[in-house]
Amino acid sequence: MIKKKMEEENRDKGMSKVVKTISFIIAIPIIIFGLYVILHGHLTPGGGFPGGAIIATLLALFLVAFGSYTVKSSHKELLSSLESLALVSFILLAFFGLGSTFFHNFLANTANIFGKSISYGVNNGYLPTGGTIPLMNIAVGFEVFAALSLVVLIMYTGQSGGGK
Amino acid sequence: MEKLIKITTLSILFAFLLVSFFCIHPAGKPNTSMMDDYFIQNAQAQTGSNNVVAAVLFDYRGLDTLGEASVLFAVASGIFILFSGKDDKKENGRGE
Repeated sequence: MIKKKMEEENRDKGMSKVVKTISFIIAIPIIIFGLYVILHGHLTPGGGFPGGAIIATLLALFLVAFGSYTVKSSHKELLSSLESLALVSFILLAFFGLGSTFFHNFLANTANIFGKSISYGVNNGYLPTGGTIPLMNIAVGFEVFAALSLVVLIMYTGQSGGGK
Repeated sequence: MEKLIKITTLSILFAFLLVSFFCIHPAGKPNTSMMDDYFIQNAQAQTGSNNVVAAVLFDYRGLDTLGEASVLFAVASGIFILFSGKDDKKENGRGE
């Protein structure tokens, strides 16, 4: 009984109120910058991998600020399902191009979503270009975000990953 | 005997390093640039992406990116499994 009480007191309840408030404020620019890097992967340096890693730093920040006390097993389930969903959508996008080959860019130069055609030359920075490339960037970005956050979350809390 | 083997191995390795140091190919001057030229000339028109690196990563070499994503998935799954095993043991110990 005493042991249980000690454990309850030693639980990681995070840092002070100042850190918690500031982490909420700083979360907005982190999310916006990460989404910017993901969405502009076909125009500027960056893409799904670095963008997902940027957003995953947000979860590390929240873990340090709020402590493992606030982590529920449903968070892990949510992240793992997001990861699986993103990977499946990435593979599905690759399979949709199977009319000609695996990973064929079936949306490029079709004037559909993200299908604006572009000519040889300097980067004019039109966002709705690139065909399947931005869609795959988004899928990979969410996959990387979910995978990295899941790794950090599980290793920080040291608990089981499955929802029991 | 052992010393001799060590010395010969080291000298052979050193000779290889020396030769490769003097015969190293100058950076930025590939022997055959057909593929690079093809990507630079056609990537923008074929994929509609202004960033040729992104075009190579997600279109021409999409399979490679798929492998990278699956590796990340495997890492997350492995850590999942690793830490769930640890928890099970703890619970068993407490129950006994």
